[in-house]
Amino acid sequence: MDGGKDIPPVRAAPQVGVDEWVASHGERREQRAGVLGRVQTELERVPRPAFYLGFGIAAAFLPVFTNNGYIIRVGFDTLLYMLLALGLNVVVGYAGLLDLGYVAFYGVGAFGYAMLASPKFGLHWDTLLIIPVVVVATAILGLLVALPSRRLVGDYLAIVTLFFGQFFVTVYQNGNHISVLGLTRGYDVTGGPNGIPNVDNFDLGGLKISSLQGYFYTALIFFMLALFIVYLVDQSRTGRAWKSLREDSLAAEMMGMPVARLKLVAFAFGAAIAGLTGTLFAGLNTAVFSADFDVPTLIIVYAMLILGGAGSLGGVILGALVVNVSLEVLRTPGHATWIFYVVLLATLLVKVRPWKWLAIVIGGTVGLGYAVHAIVSAAWPSSVGGQTSVGATLGRFLHGWVLHPTNPRIVGNITFVILILAILGLTLLHGWQRRLAMIPTICLAAFVWENRLVVEPSITRLILIGVILIVLMNARPQGLLGSARVEIV
Amino acid sequence: MNWNLFVTELTAGITHGCVYALIALGYSMVYGILKLLNFAHGDIYMVGSFIGLAIINLFGGATNVHVNVVLMLFLMFAAAMLGGGLLGVMIERFAYRRLRSAPRIAPLITALGVSFFLENAAQLILGAQQQSYNSFSWPSSPIALNGFVLPAQVHVSYAQIIVVAGTIVLVVALTLFVQRTQTGKAMRAVSFDREAAAMMGIDVDHVIVVTFFIGSALAGAAGVFNCISYQQVFPTMGFQAGLFAFTAAVVGGIGNLPGSVLGGLLIGLAEAFSIGYISSTFSQAIVFAILIAVMLVRPSGLLGRAVVQKV
Repeated sequence: MDGGKDIPPVRAAPQVGVDEWVASHGERREQRAGVLGRVQTELERVPRPAFYLGFGIAAAFLPVFTNNGYIIRVGFDTLLYMLLALGLNVVVGYAGLLDLGYVAFYGVGAFGYAMLASPKFGLHWDTLLIIPVVVVATAILGLLVALPSRRLVGDYLAIVTLFFGQFFVTVYQNGNHISVLGLTRGYDVTGGPNGIPNVDNFDLGGLKISSLQGYFYTALIFFMLALFIVYLVDQSRTGRAWKSLREDSLAAEMMGMPVARLKLVAFAFGAAIAGLTGTLFAGLNTAVFSADFDVPTLIIVYAMLILGGAGSLGGVILGALVVNVSLEVLRTPGHATWIFYVVLLATLLVKVRPWKWLAIVIGGTVGLGYAVHAIVSAAWPSSVGGQTSVGATLGRFLHGWVLHPTNPRIVGNITFVILILAILGLTLLHGWQRRLAMIPTICLAAFVWENRLVVEPSITRLILIGVILIVLMNARPQGLLGSARVEIV
Repeated sequence: MNWNLFVTELTAGITHGCVYALIALGYSMVYGILKLLNFAHGDIYMVGSFIGLAIINLFGGATNVHVNVVLMLFLMFAAAMLGGGLLGVMIERFAYRRLRSAPRIAPLITALGVSFFLENAAQLILGAQQQSYNSFSWPSSPIALNGFVLPAQVHVSYAQIIVVAGTIVLVVALTLFVQRTQTGKAMRAVSFDREAAAMMGIDVDHVIVVTFFIGSALAGAAGVFNCISYQQVFPTMGFQAGLFAFTAAVVGGIGNLPGSVLGGLLIGLAEAFSIGYISSTFSQAIVFAILIAVMLVRPSGLLGRAVVQKV
């Protein structure tokens, strides 16, 4: 919005029966000027399902363009996460129920499939039979979990479901000696820490699926189906009821909505989608272990939903895609380093204005890095004895710019803590002070990244997920595509 | 009846219950004032435990401490409570403060993020493995920490006595603070009605900061108790402890301080007896069952009063 706008013309007095706020809806919406604005208006005219269909078609071409098994595998995993986020979106985004036991249903789906289609119990059911059974079973389980919670408000529901999720992990882990109240002998149900191996591949009524491509397309079809079902439900009476529940459950109840029943249905719906996802997971991996259904998975799915925007179907697709692909890229230190510096630079380009300051910050950072490098390496030669995580031009630059001590562990840990404090301090400063303080902070960040974070990618990924949740909630709670207001009930 | 087992589990339950009670107090205080479920609270307990361990290591390690034991205990508590308290205040300042008027889901998810961040940052810095140390023997100490033997051949260590006595001291101090001081009065007022308290001239921000500091300092002290009585510290220990402590707070009536202590003891005893008599793997399920039962029968907790929701 530009500041030098003329005073808007005085509007006629509002008509009787038309709320002024509602009537002026079109004017209030933020309109971008120029080409971007026109593109935005045109895009808004396209019906939403067309976008989803477009995504489906685009995704279907992935195995056509590449034969690389790793990429298709990542695509498959991303589709699984999309399905998970889709189910969570129903529970959290539409109905506003904070379900922290969500991945337990995913686990139930996976273990359910594994039990019914593996040598474990000698059962080899047809997949077309297993999927409905598992989906219905997880939906019923969702109902059962939600039943004691239906009177509970937000946080209580969160804690009950969190407990439930933990309880299920315990059951999976110790399921190799389940006995009835300690009276009977221990039965082996879930294989305990060994999981269930040798699970059958999908067998859809005679159509055996064993290749990665096959699973990719199965997952894609499942996802598109689930997406359209959720879309239709969202547009229906139930969908609108859920949203009214989310906005104000008390008012919804006053309007005569069956609040308790709506909550239960949302819970069961989300659980069923998670169960369906679990069967796919078990089918491709041909083995299931309890560790895949623990808190980290839950937090990752939440990060996807929040990043994309709770309550938005497009957000689910986008969030899962961004988070899962980034997590995959972060596995390889070489790629991760590139991403780190590109994101850093992009953030500076977007956030630091005017250009003069941008030049000062970037120039100052580079200069400070070289200066510190020169001084410290002259004083302690061992401070440059380490290795960079990336080769080529960037590696040579980094080697001259950032210190790489021979034994970076301890100093890396200390600087990691200092870096967190520095970033927190940065949020307290304003104006030129903040911009100046950025210079040493970025140098410090580069040092910590090179010497500590990139060395342990598996933990760094999880740390970043935590940071994403905190930063997004503080800076942009609606995520990339979500609606501004999602309330829990 | 096996008295040995019974008394062993009883003492273990009381010790464990004291730790849960202290964590639950912090949960309850923060919840009472902000209506926020601070998932990161359990991780402050973890940090407190690591600070305690760091102090032990600073003085030569658990098996060979070369300072006066009272001095070392004092240092452990001072460092862990101060460290925990400051961490709590920082979390409030940087993660929660901007979200006070946001929809309730925003601070909850932020709390999840903070908890996840702390856990993994601790793993990065300290390593994921459990740090356990066998026993305490303080050669230069005036009292041996080995303890004494109760009837029925039950061994009670001095560490357990320190835990129980320390909890009593802290709870009494907290009660006096909340009941007798001006800040305590302000805390109760803010907890009762934040807006009205602000209108009466109470500095709400200040009260919230004090609450976070005290609650987190108690969690830090609980971490030291864990340090001296269980000899086991690891980065993910805060998760389950936080879960159990929250259950304790709910069972006792959230926002109610005596209720939290009662709930903590109850959960500790339930856990210990289920480990002793049923199965160690499913003690979590027992605690979960208690939580569900309390929520169904008496959602406001044992000592809490029912809240009437006003439109």
